[in-house]
Amino acid sequence: MKKEDKILSIILIAGLFVFIAVADKFFNLYVQRVLNLCAIYTILALSMNLINGFTGLFSLGHAGFMAIGAYMVGIFTVPVEIRPMVYFMKPMHPAIADIEMPFIVALILGGLLSAFIAFLIGAPVLRLRDDYLAIATLGFSEIIRIVITNAQSITNGSLGIKNIPPVANIWWIYITMIISIAFIVLLINSSYGRAFKAIREDEIAAEAMGINLFKHKMMSFMIGAFFAGIGGGLYAALLGTVDPKNFLFVLTYNFLLIIVLGGMGSVSGTIISAYVVTAGQEWLRFLDEPLSIGGIAIPLFRPGFRMVIFSLLLMIIVLFYRDGLMGTREINWEMIKNFGKRFKLRRVKSGEVQ
Amino acid sequence: MTTNSNPLLETQEVTIKFGGLTAVNNLSIEVNKGEIVALIGPNGAGKTTAFNIITGVYAPTKGKVIYDGKDITGLKPDQITRMGVARTFQNIRLFKKLSVWENIMIACHLRLQSNFAGAALRFPKYRAEEKRMREKVHRLIEEFGLSRYQDDQASSLPYGVQRRLEIARALATEPKLLLLDEPAAGMNPKETEELTHFIREIKDKYDLTVLLIEHHMDLVMEISQRIYVLDFGETIAKGTAEEVQNDPKVIEAYLGVEEGA
Amino acid sequence: MVSDIFINALFIPATADAVSSSSLWQYFANGVSLGSLYALIAIGYTMVYGILRLINFAHGDIFMMAAYFAFFGIAVFHLPWPISFILVIVATALLGITLERVAYRPLRDAPKNSILISAIGASFFLENLATYLFSGKPKAFPEIAFFADTVVIGGVSIQIVTFFIPVVTLIFLAVLLYIVNKTKVGMAMRAVSRDYETAMVMGVDINRVITFTFAIGSALAAVGAIMWGTRYPQVQPMMGVMPGLKCFIAAVVGGIGNIPGAVLGGFILGFGEIMLIALLPSLTGYRDAFAFILLILILLFRPTGILGEKIAEKV
Ligand SMILES: Nc1ncnc2c1ncn2[C@@H]1O[C@H](COP(=O)(O)OP(=O)(O)OP(=O)(O)O)[C@@H](O)[C@H]1O
Ligand SMILES: [Mg+2]
Repeated sequence: MKKEDKILSIILIAGLFVFIAVADKFFNLYVQRVLNLCAIYTILALSMNLINGFTGLFSLGHAGFMAIGAYMVGIFTVPVEIRPMVYFMKPMHPAIADIEMPFIVALILGGLLSAFIAFLIGAPVLRLRDDYLAIATLGFSEIIRIVITNAQSITNGSLGIKNIPPVANIWWIYITMIISIAFIVLLINSSYGRAFKAIREDEIAAEAMGINLFKHKMMSFMIGAFFAGIGGGLYAALLGTVDPKNFLFVLTYNFLLIIVLGGMGSVSGTIISAYVVTAGQEWLRFLDEPLSIGGIAIPLFRPGFRMVIFSLLLMIIVLFYRDGLMGTREINWEMIKNFGKRFKLRRVKSGEVQ
Repeated sequence: MTTNSNPLLETQEVTIKFGGLTAVNNLSIEVNKGEIVALIGPNGAGKTTAFNIITGVYAPTKGKVIYDGKDITGLKPDQITRMGVARTFQNIRLFKKLSVWENIMIACHLRLQSNFAGAALRFPKYRAEEKRMREKVHRLIEEFGLSRYQDDQASSLPYGVQRRLEIARALATEPKLLLLDEPAAGMNPKETEELTHFIREIKDKYDLTVLLIEHHMDLVMEISQRIYVLDFGETIAKGTAEEVQNDPKVIEAYLGVEEGA
Repeated sequence: MVSDIFINALFIPATADAVSSSSLWQYFANGVSLGSLYALIAIGYTMVYGILRLINFAHGDIFMMAAYFAFFGIAVFHLPWPISFILVIVATALLGITLERVAYRPLRDAPKNSILISAIGASFFLENLATYLFSGKPKAFPEIAFFADTVVIGGVSIQIVTFFIPVVTLIFLAVLLYIVNKTKVGMAMRAVSRDYETAMVMGVDINRVITFTFAIGSALAAVGAIMWGTRYPQVQPMMGVMPGLKCFIAAVVGGIGNIPGAVLGGFILGFGEIMLIALLPSLTGYRDAFAFILLILILLFRPTGILGEKIAEKV
């Protein structure tokens, strides 16, 4: 990176911190919550894009990895005193009933456990071809959910865990997001990232270049799962409750929508798209409400309309704009500067004419 | 004809069957250090398949592949590449959407020592390694006359340049043995001529041993010390260019078969 | 002795053991009927995969839509059931054809992942569309007296539909095998599935074959949906998801691209699932996990499935 660009990046991050401080102080809770969700979905979608877009593995297991992180935070940060109230149907297993962890510890352990489970799952499935890989990872994501639903003395089963201390405020979430993005960007731009892209482009050629396919696929899969676990942990500590229904694979479809819209293989595209889709889904909730204009009921608007639009969006992108917003390109300072210059130039020109 | 007791590459009665088809039968070739050896034969003779066996893409049904005194039969392609065997592909397999620079950088990855965390967090060791890789790639790019294409997508290059890039990429893995699968395919006589010199040049410069498949007979006859001729998976002749050219079996095998001009 | 008890339970319908033996018989009947339903749906997956090398993620949702069509035909429009069944089958076949036209055909030469995403998108869309049109609340599938009647066999009362399902499945399977093996369009289908490029060069009308494949696969899913509804009388937008995934797995287990294989896989899955519940009731909560574990095992140890052939990639 050039020195000038480095300075610009630092300014950008500083600006982001100012924005967070302002948001924290002055924005209402609803807006803050939407901003937080956007950031969490950014982490989740970006980590899925590492696996799917950059390494070319068609994995559909993200909801499961997210669940692992979320439950880790849920199980171990609920204060020991109130656990009997949360686990009222079946008491918590004695082995873990007295273990309580600070949020950050549970968050990181959740990421690590998620990566470990990814390792166990990856060992058999990463050898499979793309479409089988999709089904197998989807299956494992469901198995994780089924295990969570059934392991009642640990996870409280289908009742879910309530009263999770909602410690994930906007600072926690945004700082975690910045770290995650930075790590993934640095990784992608390293020799390992190039190896991932090589695998995506042509496995046989990559292997002929001495790249161990399995090792690198596993690496990408586990790192992606780690950040999915982190995203899940933040999610649990933002909402204050988790239950197995939060992690249906429809959630994975949502992440898929984000990365397809943003561009499979583009970090900046994923970030933009995570904000557009997440905020869009929040702010378009009115589509699900019956609407009448001047006393005439508009028949389209009723529950479910919003998701019809978003699933249609996924179809339209893949059918007509296959590369999404960015394809595999990135927004960089060069582009922004050029854009700025062009803009300035045009102003000067129009000034001359007048 | 030189018969070294310790060849760099040796296949011992290698056979491979695809269902009912025996694509390569009892192939025994030897390539000594510093030689250029050619593998020729009509279409479908099993030449590419032999390459695929040597580089670990296919495991042979029977027989052994010995490289540098070690049995490499059944090893995976990446392991074999790491031991010093690099190849190009008949139907060019570049990383199409990546730049020329990235294509060659990828081929340096196998020599990287740093782990992923060291790489992502840019530890000093990784920085030093990355710097060395960049220098190496820069050198190769200059040498192969690819400077003006450096940032172009591989798929956007003219065909001949793509072939050159594939060889540059193979060299970036630091091989001792280079396998070229029809490097002159689609080239006109002048280009072929240039390529012939070029292969000699890089062979000397990088201290390589070369095994190549080629249909352009002028190229084959000019640069290869020894030639093996395959037909329907069988080795029908071997020897120097002259010996092979005058072998009636070879003439028969090629009869009616159009050679690439 | 333990083995005596087991043998008694299996073979001697003595009064003392009547419960266990009759429930075993019940489980057997359930296994056969669930297996048949899976088989009918699995055929659609296997046929499409055989020709397009594509997992039709939306097949389970086609099945779901068929169940809604049947619900509307009988419960809302009060058509006699044989007429509404025929209409349901035709409508579902048309839906399948439309799906292929809209979601798959434009992408036929696109990278494989795009088609996969389109398939997932189509599935996602149909689920959301059903939620929107019919609401997410489950609807009761109308009871059809003819099927719901029970007969008493060996001390157990079993619904007629339980017997009906395997019989219907076998009939449709025979018809299908006849079409595939003996008719012109069936021959074209096999040619395309064996070697797409060559078939195209030989002048087979690929589009027609594909349309036909989607029509048949969807029609069979419709038959499955009708019988599913009479057996498990609840219709809701997500009802196709789990059966869909399981039936794809059934197709893989039997050997993808192979029609008898899909039927075999369907039976293995249906039977296995019911027997798991019967023999290890404590694992009932894990019944949906069974299929996925089977999938992983098959892919690891016999990736071509039980009846499938090997396909190698050329370099
Ligand atoms: N993976 C495979 N599965 C089945 N048959 C194969 C496979 N790979 C190669 N073959 C067959 O093996 C035979 C030899 O093929 P090969 O590609 O080695 O020929 P070749 O000598 O390189 O010919 P060309 O000069 O046309 O490149 C051919 O008949 C080919 O169809
Ligand atoms: Mg060849």
